[in-house]
Amino acid sequence: MREHGILRIVARLLIPLIMLFGLYIQFHGDYSPGGGFQAGVVFASAWILFVLIYGLDDALKVIPERAMFVLMLLGVLLYAAVGIAGVLLGGHFLNFYPLLPGKHAAQQFGIITVELGVGVTVATVMMLIFTQFARRRQLLAEVNEEVD
Amino acid sequence: MTLVELMPFSVLVPLIAAPLCALLPGRILPWLLALASAIASTVIAALVLPQAIDGPLSYAFGNWPPPIGIEYRVDSANAFVALLVSGLAVLATLWGRKSVNEELDQPQGVFYSLFLLALAGLMGITLTGDAFNVFVFLEISSLSTYALIAHGPDRRALLASFRYLIMGTVGATFFLIGVGFLYIMTGTLNMADLAERLPEVADTRTVHVALAFIIVGMGLKLAMLPLHLWLPNAYTYAPNFISVFIAGTATKVALYVMIRMIYTVFGADYSYAVLPLTAVFLALALAGMFIGAWTAIFQANLKRMLAWSSISQVGYMLLGLALGTVAGLTATFLHLFNHALIKAALFMAVGTVAWRVGSVRIEAFRGLGRQMPWTMTAFALAGLSIIGIPTTAGFISKWYLILAAMDAGQPWLVALIVISSLMAVVYVWRVIEAAWFQSRPADAETVREAPLSLLVPLWLMVGLNFWFGLDTRLPVAGATAAAEALFGPTGVTP
Repeated sequence: MREHGILRIVARLLIPLIMLFGLYIQFHGDYSPGGGFQAGVVFASAWILFVLIYGLDDALKVIPERAMFVLMLLGVLLYAAVGIAGVLLGGHFLNFYPLLPGKHAAQQFGIITVELGVGVTVATVMMLIFTQFARRRQLLAEVNEEVD
Repeated sequence: MTLVELMPFSVLVPLIAAPLCALLPGRILPWLLALASAIASTVIAALVLPQAIDGPLSYAFGNWPPPIGIEYRVDSANAFVALLVSGLAVLATLWGRKSVNEELDQPQGVFYSLFLLALAGLMGITLTGDAFNVFVFLEISSLSTYALIAHGPDRRALLASFRYLIMGTVGATFFLIGVGFLYIMTGTLNMADLAERLPEVADTRTVHVALAFIIVGMGLKLAMLPLHLWLPNAYTYAPNFISVFIAGTATKVALYVMIRMIYTVFGADYSYAVLPLTAVFLALALAGMFIGAWTAIFQANLKRMLAWSSISQVGYMLLGLALGTVAGLTATFLHLFNHALIKAALFMAVGTVAWRVGSVRIEAFRGLGRQMPWTMTAFALAGLSIIGIPTTAGFISKWYLILAAMDAGQPWLVALIVISSLMAVVYVWRVIEAAWFQSRPADAETVREAPLSLLVPLWLMVGLNFWFGLDTRLPVAGATAAAEALFGPTGVTP
């Protein structure tokens, strides 16, 4: 849809705003409604809009599929690492208090880091799912060529 | 680090190893990581079991005290099931490497990562003391199992997986609706807390409906007879390694959840009084025993035959539950343990033949007895165990089931148990007859015995069947402790 001028201009305006809004939800998740899941979905929707306007090939130049895959796993590992850190510092799994000296600072640091892990994973999973569906026609064509 | 602090790591190790596993390249590294995590999980579960028999262990996640926070609460019932699940995962993984290599060309990081997620999910369901957490782990294990089944070499695996996805999601949703109703009425999700708060509201329609929803939801997951339709295809078309693993674990864990909800959360007196559970379980158990075994007799595909046999064996477990006595529940737990060993051994034997011959249809087994003697002998011995010949594990659980039936004053059940065991003779004999009493077709190529890396885990599994048939201390003590823990004082009285 690159040839549609209106769509292109509107998307160019909207994409950064959507991403910014995603980050806003992400980093305000600890004391206002929101959090990693919602932020990840909003952030991924900006990228999906980019794919719709500019096509999948350009979008995969921005972030290759392998990078999405690795980020998806790193998000989970970040979550787990915060949990393990609590254990190593003498608490139970996912106990945030031992992470930093101040009680409030420790809770905030813990929840922000965990939510960042969630956000990264949710965003990349959304992008990967969309990529798989977007590539379906291309994959089918390849399979059909093999059959022929 | 104390044992209580170590306990949740039998879930956390596979859960954290899963994303790492997906990052590993090639085939051997993911397998090694999966094996190592399964072993770690088993060691922790084995350490926890003796402690849990002495008294329940409780671990509060994030140091949030229960009932606000999520609690892992391990008594002898779930410690016993956890040891079974993780131990079986180790043996299945040991056996699985060659089989998975055969069925999957691509790098196997994602495959073993899914397997670790399924394992973590099953362990999590078992150990948690929080009703909603059960649902979360149920979804983790189910979703990864759907994906694993879809990895099957046959294209029909996709359809089998999709059908299981639909049915499994219905089951999980029913369970969630039930838990939701309980939450509406009590405002808590912690199982022990639920058990304390339920008596006040026990006589409301909402709680009755909650119990019904939970039983139907879990009945779907454990393939209770009219809800079993997902199972035969899922077991048949899954990769052989996954058939071995889920046949031994998935339905067992669902059964454990059902027992836990009936006995600990609602209380046995209440559950059996409010719903006609004895009649329902008895009817469905008997129907399952006979229809499962009868259908198994006519299957040409041996994996499908074993799947139907599983439905029949689930019947025995439900029968113990239907009796509603300590002895009956002991028999249920014993058969849960022993059937996992038997069915894993049988699926390994059939999978070994599939690896060598490339088919699991009964025609492919003709004359195999002479060409693959070790594999087929293992199948025959595991077959003896599923029939319930003395000195095998299968005999022990049937013996306890018969004792429980006599004890409950229902001797006519003994005859039915014996008759359905005789039906097991028929479907096991068909294979033995094909393997030893028919000659190899002239056009079939000669096959050699399977390599040791498949035979050793298979024989280990068969050995366990005889070990626990002769030395019954671990399963009987574990099952008795499990049944007694569930009949403990936490029950709700109507």
